[in-house]
Amino acid sequence: MTMRGALYFALVALALLGTGLFSSWTVALTILNMGLISAIMSLGVNLQWGYAGLFNVGVAGFVALGGLGAVLMSMSPVGEAWSAGGGRLVLALVIALGTLVGAIALWKRLSRYRVPALVVLLLVGFFAYRAVFDPAVEAIEAVDPSVTGYLGGLGLPVLFGWPFGALLAAGAAWIVGKTALGLRSDYLAIATLGIAEIVVAVLKNEDWLARGVKNVYGVPRPVPYEIDLQNSTRFVEWMQNWGFDPVVGSAVVVKLCYSALFLVVLLALIWMAEMALRSPWGRLMRAIRDNEEAAEAMGKDVTRRHLQIFVLGSAVCGLAGAMMVTLDGQLTPGAYQPLRFTFLIWVMVIVGGSGNNWGAVLGGILIWFFWVQVEPMGQWLMQAITAGMAEDSDLRSHLLDSAAHMRLLTMGLVLLIVLRFSPRGLIPEK
Amino acid sequence: MDFLNALVALTNFVIIPATAYGSQLALGALGVTLIYGILRFSNFAHGDTMAFGAMVTILVTWAFQKMGVSIAPLPTALLALPFGIAATAALVIGTDRAVYRFYREKKAAPVTLVIVSMGVMFVMNGLVRFIIGVDDQRFGDGARFIISARDFKEMTGLREGLAIKTSAGLTIITAVIVVAALFWFLNKTRTGKSMRAYSDNEDLALLSGINPERVVMVTWLIVAALATIAGTLYGLDKSFKPFTYFQLLLPIFASAIVGGLGNPLGAIAGGFLIAYSEVAVTYAWKKVLTYSLPESFAPEGLAQLLSTDYKHAVSFVILIIVLLFKPTGLFKGKSV
Repeated sequence: MTMRGALYFALVALALLGTGLFSSWTVALTILNMGLISAIMSLGVNLQWGYAGLFNVGVAGFVALGGLGAVLMSMSPVGEAWSAGGGRLVLALVIALGTLVGAIALWKRLSRYRVPALVVLLLVGFFAYRAVFDPAVEAIEAVDPSVTGYLGGLGLPVLFGWPFGALLAAGAAWIVGKTALGLRSDYLAIATLGIAEIVVAVLKNEDWLARGVKNVYGVPRPVPYEIDLQNSTRFVEWMQNWGFDPVVGSAVVVKLCYSALFLVVLLALIWMAEMALRSPWGRLMRAIRDNEEAAEAMGKDVTRRHLQIFVLGSAVCGLAGAMMVTLDGQLTPGAYQPLRFTFLIWVMVIVGGSGNNWGAVLGGILIWFFWVQVEPMGQWLMQAITAGMAEDSDLRSHLLDSAAHMRLLTMGLVLLIVLRFSPRGLIPEK
Repeated sequence: MDFLNALVALTNFVIIPATAYGSQLALGALGVTLIYGILRFSNFAHGDTMAFGAMVTILVTWAFQKMGVSIAPLPTALLALPFGIAATAALVIGTDRAVYRFYREKKAAPVTLVIVSMGVMFVMNGLVRFIIGVDDQRFGDGARFIISARDFKEMTGLREGLAIKTSAGLTIITAVIVVAALFWFLNKTRTGKSMRAYSDNEDLALLSGINPERVVMVTWLIVAALATIAGTLYGLDKSFKPFTYFQLLLPIFASAIVGGLGNPLGAIAGGFLIAYSEVAVTYAWKKVLTYSLPESFAPEGLAQLLSTDYKHAVSFVILIIVLLFKPTGLFKGKSV
């Protein structure tokens, strides 16, 4: 990292400190925590775009899958639901998987009649699957739907959910990459757009899996609860010795614990990414990105390397998704908006500096800071613009109501301006 | 067994809605495929271009309604359409001047242009939300039905009714006219021929004195018209909500790729293929099956293959199958 990079990071730190001093420390830490998670997401996208030139428009889907991973690991299992339909559901999924594997095997083995055979197999498999699946789902979702109505998770510590979330995202990325890589670059973009939409649709509608739009609440925490801290006499004494209010203090301490945890993960990832970038593998990646034909002529398997880095990058996004669910303590499938979780991450990577890990991290925290702060700024701007208008003017109330949409416009303009005038970003690639 | 009623139910619930939806997708996919053929990138802002065009049309429609101008029984939106097209054309040509031209002159990689189009999408999306908000807007007026279910039942004495919404009929007729005009333009006029030549072989076209900037401008004009018409028809037929236009990107791209990116005929075929599959897979077949099967075979459940929440999964699966087996699309598209 250069002097310039360090300066930018110092400025971001200053902005956060300013928020802490002039607004409140809980707000500053909330921004920081989400900023750290955003930084991890943009590291993942930077692996794909900066190292290999792959365009992933499905970040939201991989992030959502990561969140699902955290839920599936950490929530306690719902025994009643398992006994009501768990076995049948697993059977249904096995049938579905078996049909797909069978279909692939059939396609490879047969040469004559393979289309009709495939159609018959898929139809039989589908109806068998539905026959087992539908009653099982009904039974599971009937189990106390206002509280559970799903199978629950494994009841393990939530930290196990992080790698598992990464694994889920990696699996989805493998399927997409396997089909769309090696073709035109735009095809990958469109395929990832599709998978993201489907992942979110599944999360919203499959109540047996993660309660759908009813959301999963109370995901266990890896850090203490505020209320426990406030009830601990030692903590209260400790806070009072420093002259802090124990209630505010507990919130700040919990947030700091999260920040420390996320920082450890982020630094470990940066370290790994930097090591990889400097290794022969990293050089190969950049060689492929800069000239695919030349790399291919040297006997390198471009599609395989692309698949590798695409899966890795998506796994990092999944990890970030699991961390986000842990931080929020809930999984809300309705929140995975592509504009927020895909395109905003892209702005972070492009503004920060594609191809440079420190740049991606800087972009992640910086853009997140602005994303949070632009809204009040927009409100303020609109107030200023409309100050001269009549109190009951339609235009005035419309402008004030629409101020929230200023963010999209601003972020889009920022992206276009950076791409045009400073395509290498704030901290350019070396 | 009652084939006549089965046929009517099938037409009413599957064939007509799917044909209308297919026409809308085909118009959208034509825009995507034209940009791909001439400008050589996948335009992610296309969904939001459609939303913008539809939005201007809606605003003008409202103004007309206030003034009392109407062309009943046809929806007023038709009258407002030219204004929508003009505004959208101004927007996309302005965008091309301010944004895309720079990259074209630099001969930037297609993937860079895709990212740039994502930025444009952001801005257009923000603009639409800023002006009209995120909520559902209704702007249809005029006669609601060409034939209503009740009239049809009285006319034929059948148990099933056949309703043709004005918006559905209008969509299909407009799509036929627009497509015919587009193909006439591409095949018969000098400008259209130069566009095709430019799409097939850029260097050769430049060599024979075709002005690339003019070709690009005409393309954007056509794309603006197609996007506005598609967006308005979709809004009339379903409803106007900015976010659904973003979600339309997937079926539109799927249509264009299935047909073969860069091939206008393919875009139309792809649009109908996607629309028919989507409706067929998400329609509850109970009624049709009950009519057409002997009583003892009649289905107990809804006989719905996939819930409508997963309609986008259909386009995705078709897209994946095409990418796996025929990446250039059903009709010969541009190279892989």
